[in-house]
Amino acid sequence: MRLENLAINKNGFAFDPTTGETFTLNETAIKIVELMVKGESEKSIAQKLSEEFEVSSQEAFNDVLDFKERLKLYGLIS
Amino acid sequence: MSKKEYEKPVIIRVESGFSKAGVPLPKQRVRKSIGGVSINELVNKYGSPLFVFEEKSIRERYKRAYEAFSTRYPNVEFGWSYKTNYLKAICAVFHQEGAIAEVVSEFEYQKARELGIEGKDIIYNGPYKPYDSLMRAVKEGAKIHIDTFEEINDLERIAKELKKEVPVAIRLNMDTGVYPQWSRFGFNIESGQAMDAVKRIEAGGVLRLNGLHAHIGTFMLDPHAYYVETSKMVQFMNSVETKSGFSIEYIDVGGGFASKNRLKGIYQPPEIVVPSIDDYAEAITSAIYENIHGNRYPKLYLETGRHLIDEAGYLVTSVVASKTLPDSRRSYIVDAGVNLLYTYFWYKFNIELTEEKSGISEPSVINGPLCMNIDVIEDSILLPRLKRGDMLVISPVGAYNVTQWMQFIRYRPRVLMVMEDGSVEIIRESEDLSDIERREKLPKKLEIR
Repeated sequence: MRLENLAINKNGFAFDPTTGETFTLNETAIKIVELMVKGESEKSIAQKLSEEFEVSSQEAFNDVLDFKERLKLYGLIS
Repeated sequence: MSKKEYEKPVIIRVESGFSKAGVPLPKQRVRKSIGGVSINELVNKYGSPLFVFEEKSIRERYKRAYEAFSTRYPNVEFGWSYKTNYLKAICAVFHQEGAIAEVVSEFEYQKARELGIEGKDIIYNGPYKPYDSLMRAVKEGAKIHIDTFEEINDLERIAKELKKEVPVAIRLNMDTGVYPQWSRFGFNIESGQAMDAVKRIEAGGVLRLNGLHAHIGTFMLDPHAYYVETSKMVQFMNSVETKSGFSIEYIDVGGGFASKNRLKGIYQPPEIVVPSIDDYAEAITSAIYENIHGNRYPKLYLETGRHLIDEAGYLVTSVVASKTLPDSRRSYIVDAGVNLLYTYFWYKFNIELTEEKSGISEPSVINGPLCMNIDVIEDSILLPRLKRGDMLVISPVGAYNVTQWMQFIRYRPRVLMVMEDGSVEIIRESEDLSDIERREKLPKKLEIR
C-alpha cells in the first residue's frame, strides 16, 4: 500500500517516494491517513473523528468512504 | 473539552504548471447579500432554491440606458421586451420607469393588457400573430409590426371590416456584417423585398405605413452592427418617403445589447468584451444623424431586454450532496438544475459562495438535481470543500431564465424581489402539484380508484 510510504509533513504536504508524486492534505485528511495506516476500520476512524471534531459519526463515516475513493483514484490504496 | 471545528477531508494531487488546486484560494468569490438583504436570511425564510431580483438595480440600469440615448437623441422611448422576463413585477418596474411594452405573441399581448398597459403603448412583434389578436391590437391602437405578406392581407381584411385606416410598421432584415444574419423575420432590404412590401401596402389603400422595425440579433458584442443597421433603416426610410406617399414617424431598432455575462468559448471577461450602453447609443444615434434628410427626427424605439435585466437577477441554490467522480473531480449536487437555467447553454456564470470558506480548493463540478447527465451547471470550478446546506449564488440570470425555464420532475421555485427599501416580496410563488395537473384530464376508465 503506497499510503504507508507517504511522507507527510505537519503542513499537509505529502511526498510519495514510489512515484515522486506530491499531494496536499488538510488536517482531517492527515488524521484519516494516520488511522488507516494503523489499520483502523472505516467505522472506527469515523468514530474517532466524531469524538475529536464537531461532526456526527454518520457524516464522518460517509466522508471516510469518499476519501478512500479518492485515495484509490490516486493509486495510494488498492 | 470542546470539540474542534470540522473540515471535511481533502487530498489533492499537486499537478505541475499553474494549477491553483490544492491550495486555499487567495480570493474567494463571495456574495453575502442581495440588495442589502442577507442571503442566509432569505433562504431561512423562503427556502432554497430561490430566484432573487433586485428592484434598485433594475431601475438604475433602466435610467442609465435611457440617459445614454436621451442625451444623444431628442425623441426616444423604450419598449420592455416581455419575452426576456415577463413576471408582472419585473414588467411593472419597467413600466413605472416609463417603458412601454414590446410583445411577440398574443399571450404576451394579453399579459401586458392584464397588467394595465393600454394598447397604444404596446408594440406587437412576431412572425405569427393570430387573426383574433391582430383584430384586438388594431381596435386597441397597438403598434403592429408586420412580419409577412400574409399579415398584410390579414390587416387589410381587418381594416375593411372596421372601416378604418390602420397605421402599421414593417419589420426589416438586412446584412449588418453579423452572422448568422437574422433573415427569417420581416422583409429583406437588399433584395428589394422590403420595398415590395411598402408598395403592396400602398396598393391596398387601407393601411398606412408609419414605422420601420428591425432586430438584428441577440447578445451583439459589436456596436458597429447597430450603426450599419440604423444607417440602412434611415436610408430605407428616406427611399420610402421619396417613392411612396407614406411618412415614417418612428424607427424601432430592436434590442440585442449584451449583458455582462460571459459567453462560453470567449476567453476574455465580459468587462473587456461587452460594450457599454454608451457605445451602443453612440453607434445608433450617430447613424441617424448621418443619414437623415431635413430636420424631422423620427421617434426612436429600443427593445433592449437582456441588458436591462440580466444582472439584476440571481439564483440561490444549496448543496445537497457531494461525491468523488471517477476522474477524481468532486461533484456537488445542488437543488437547482439546468431546467431553471436556460441560459446555461451559452453562458459561463459567476458562481459565488455566501461566506468565506477555509481549506484547500478542489477541482469541482456543479450538478443539478435532474435525473439527466446533462444537468451540469458548471463543469470546471475550484471550490473549497462544501457541505450540505452550503449555498452558491449564480448570476447573472435575470434574462430569459424565468421565461424559458422548464417544469421537469420538480417544481419551479419561488421568485423574490428585494425592494428598494430593503423589504422582500414574493413575486412568484413556488409551484405545487395543482399547478402542474390543473389542465390534465383522466379518462373515467383509467381511474385507479
